[in-house]
Amino acid sequence: MKKLVTLTVNGITHELAVEPRRTLLEVIREDLGLTGSKKGCGIGDCGACTMLVDGVATFSCLMLAIQADGCNVETVESLAENGKLNKLQRSFVDLGAIQCGYCTPGMLMTATELLRRNPHPSEKEIRRSLSGNLCRCTGYQKIVDAIKAVAGE
Amino acid sequence: MSKNNSYRILNTRLPRVDAIDKVTGKAIYTDDMSFPGMLHGAILHSPLAHAKILNIDTSRAERLPGVKAVVTYKEAGTRPYGVSPARYDETIFCHDKVRYTGDEIAAVAAVDKDTALEAVNLIKVDFEELPILLDGLHAMDEGQPQLHERYKNNICAKVNWHFGDIEQGRKDSHIIRTDHITSKMQDAAFLEPQSVVAEVDSHGNLTMWSSTQAPHYVQRTLAMALNMPLHKVRVIKPAVGGGFGPKASCSTVELATCLLALKTGKPVKTTFDREQVFLHSRARHQFFHTMTTGVKKDGTLSFLEHHCIMDGGAYSSFGIAAVYYAGSLLGGPYRLKNMKYDGYRVVTNKPACGAQRGHGAVIARATFEVQLDRIAEELGMDPIELRLKNVMEAGETTCNELYVSSFGMKEALEAVRDSAAWKKKRTLAGKTRGTGKGIGAACGFFVSGAGYPIYRSKTYHCTVVTKVDEVGGGVTVTSGAADIGQGSDTVLAMITAEELGLNLDDVKVVSGDSSLSVDLGAYSSRTTLMTGHACKDAARDIKRQILEVIGGKLNIPPEKLDLKDGKVVGINNDIDFSALREEYLQEHKGFTDLPDGPELTFREASRIAFLEIGSVVGTGSYRPPKLGGSFKGATVGTSPAFGCSAQVAEVSVDLETGEVTVDNITGAHDCGFAINRTQVEGQMQGSMMMGMGEALMEQIIYNDKGRIMNANLAEYKIPTSLDVPHLDAIIVESNEPHGPYGAKEVGEGAIMPVIPSILNAIYDATGVRIDELPVTPERIIEALKKKRENK
Ligand code: FES
Ligand code: FES
Repeated sequence: MKKLVTLTVNGITHELAVEPRRTLLEVIREDLGLTGSKKGCGIGDCGACTMLVDGVATFSCLMLAIQADGCNVETVESLAENGKLNKLQRSFVDLGAIQCGYCTPGMLMTATELLRRNPHPSEKEIRRSLSGNLCRCTGYQKIVDAIKAVAGE
Repeated sequence: MSKNNSYRILNTRLPRVDAIDKVTGKAIYTDDMSFPGMLHGAILHSPLAHAKILNIDTSRAERLPGVKAVVTYKEAGTRPYGVSPARYDETIFCHDKVRYTGDEIAAVAAVDKDTALEAVNLIKVDFEELPILLDGLHAMDEGQPQLHERYKNNICAKVNWHFGDIEQGRKDSHIIRTDHITSKMQDAAFLEPQSVVAEVDSHGNLTMWSSTQAPHYVQRTLAMALNMPLHKVRVIKPAVGGGFGPKASCSTVELATCLLALKTGKPVKTTFDREQVFLHSRARHQFFHTMTTGVKKDGTLSFLEHHCIMDGGAYSSFGIAAVYYAGSLLGGPYRLKNMKYDGYRVVTNKPACGAQRGHGAVIARATFEVQLDRIAEELGMDPIELRLKNVMEAGETTCNELYVSSFGMKEALEAVRDSAAWKKKRTLAGKTRGTGKGIGAACGFFVSGAGYPIYRSKTYHCTVVTKVDEVGGGVTVTSGAADIGQGSDTVLAMITAEELGLNLDDVKVVSGDSSLSVDLGAYSSRTTLMTGHACKDAARDIKRQILEVIGGKLNIPPEKLDLKDGKVVGINNDIDFSALREEYLQEHKGFTDLPDGPELTFREASRIAFLEIGSVVGTGSYRPPKLGGSFKGATVGTSPAFGCSAQVAEVSVDLETGEVTVDNITGAHDCGFAINRTQVEGQMQGSMMMGMGEALMEQIIYNDKGRIMNANLAEYKIPTSLDVPHLDAIIVESNEPHGPYGAKEVGEGAIMPVIPSILNAIYDATGVRIDELPVTPERIIEALKKKRENK
């Protein structure tokens, strides 16, 4: 039986009827058409699906949509404002922190949470916060560099 | 090193052309796509590793509401396909028997994913279990279960080569050593699981979007296995979340999804879950290498005798090339006159292995580079000195007839030696061997694009068609090349922009579509060199046409003109081009953003060229010249150019727990010329991380029934941001004469030295050699224990 949930996603509030077993990731990708967040594993191992739920970096593949009822959700689509990349996105672009890009949305959301909490993290802190987000392409070096560049400002 | 040349675009660090789409979530990957009325596919995998199929009953699945089609071999037929035409040993679905846990038996299309999965569970298959074979090392022994009738003793390919004279080499040797290394099957662990959408239009044209590395080969395989004319099959590659090899071969999920679309007349999407990625595999083989190497007193290599068994799982896939590569790529980067190679690729009841970054050559390289270190130790020589003594130079040919036209091997080795302060640290470490801190070095050698296509043909390996926007101003590059994250679209855009004097934003790249051009795809590190050539030629073709028109109009020989910074250069003050400008302005009444400077712009020139000659289209095609020797299998390993690399790794090992921390990696790679410096470094750093995982943590674990016990990214460990140290990437540019602008590969070659440099560093830190990969803490503790007991 479907349940009614209220989700505020990237500033827009949606009332949705969802099957209780569906994950937040599925509902956001399939029902809201926001496909920026990726599924790399579906079981909490890779971080590609990371979103901010009430400001906290969350594996959205592990959270049921009904658990997010009433929550404020931020996805990668929220980062650019009026078509302009934010500083973190710009830094990822300029420093080459992107290859295949599949981990990128999750990386950006994890880093967003970190920088809000701690605007000037050390390299160690950056690496620790990214440790739940796998990237198979970059060796993490340029991702760490890109976050460091923003944190050093 | 930084840029020092006159290029405006090339050799810079311009951001990738798809970067903005990827940081905003706009980039579309296959699983992001959906169509009205789209069905969802699911696949039934074998629960057994080896069994006869007695009966398949799909009736309950077909009756389930919401199910639109159920297909098995009865619908799919049993036309064999595979990668190498000489080894077509797969069918879309199993019909006589299953050969590994995960082998595909049937597929379902239903209105949603859950229904499709439920239907799959309702398919009843009766099996008769067969004895299973999991031990690759003994797969050739008498009395073992046989997987395929055609592969006697389970050997699906063997290579026996002898170059030079190893007996003479033996006589010339002062030291002769024999060493072994065994590895485990590994997974490529790209972040995006395979996904496919297929659709058939009202004229019977099949279009498939897929996370593939090789649209052209996949198009051919679909047409062949589905029995359709090639021109009715189109393969499109959307954004792809990494491939590293396994996505280069056509897979059952692609074939099955197309079949379901053909059967239902509806678009169908099938996406693998992570476990299926592991089951499908087509990744790194398991290798059992034994090498005997001889050197003279002064360290000159005199021979290599190499024996290798590769466990390739149930089917051939890319494994035929792998067994050749494992032997041929030891021909370089050192001068080696005498080499013997006996390679056997065997089949077992495990998921099929195929290509993975570095293809068959990675563990062979590791074995050899570790052996060189042991030889250096016996000789009392510095291991980097030993290598420097033997490295080839540009202009030399290996004993297996690979011609090396550019070769920055020495520069790369010296660069890592100096940058990592090798000499200082090494003397220290030499005294402190076994105290937990170590440093190690190694080299590598790799093709820059396979010299021959997989199917026997004179085909061009790639074509590029670039068209000037008829309204003037921009160009569109069309190509079948597959950007799977490595950045080939950016390379094509940069080459085109450089040639035409445009900004990157005025060059659009449309690629990865089999209907646009022939391109063999993203494998064997071929795209920059091969598609790069075609792209450069296409751009020059356009430039010639535009300048001929403009030159003709202004009475200037076209060779006196050029395109730079968005303008036509070579028109000096006394040349009156006002008629051309007038013509352009006439057409654009009401536009406010119009050229008014003292030079004719590209916008004007390209529009005028169109007004004069119609569509301005440039084409470029590339295929390598005839390469290699005439012995059997001489084609594998050939390439128009070879990349080479060197690396120094520094590690700390906890001698109590066996835990290895990689403290530093310094790598240098000769890519000929870096089209995009950031991307070259990115490929190197990605290789370092992947090699590090393979050296220390990655292994597929099977139970005794052949079932994978760690088919997820928690238990199949790949390095995280905490495991990987600072990765220092040094670019070496040797200016390859056969590459566009001097460029050659970086995508795979950079992984070659990674594993052995780490293994050599671990030896330095612990005083023990581990000959089984990955080097886990357990294996280190075990080896240390043994060493203590032997004392
Ligand atoms: S998809 Fe959520 S952690 Fe991997
Ligand atoms: S860029 Fe490909 S997984 Fe991170």
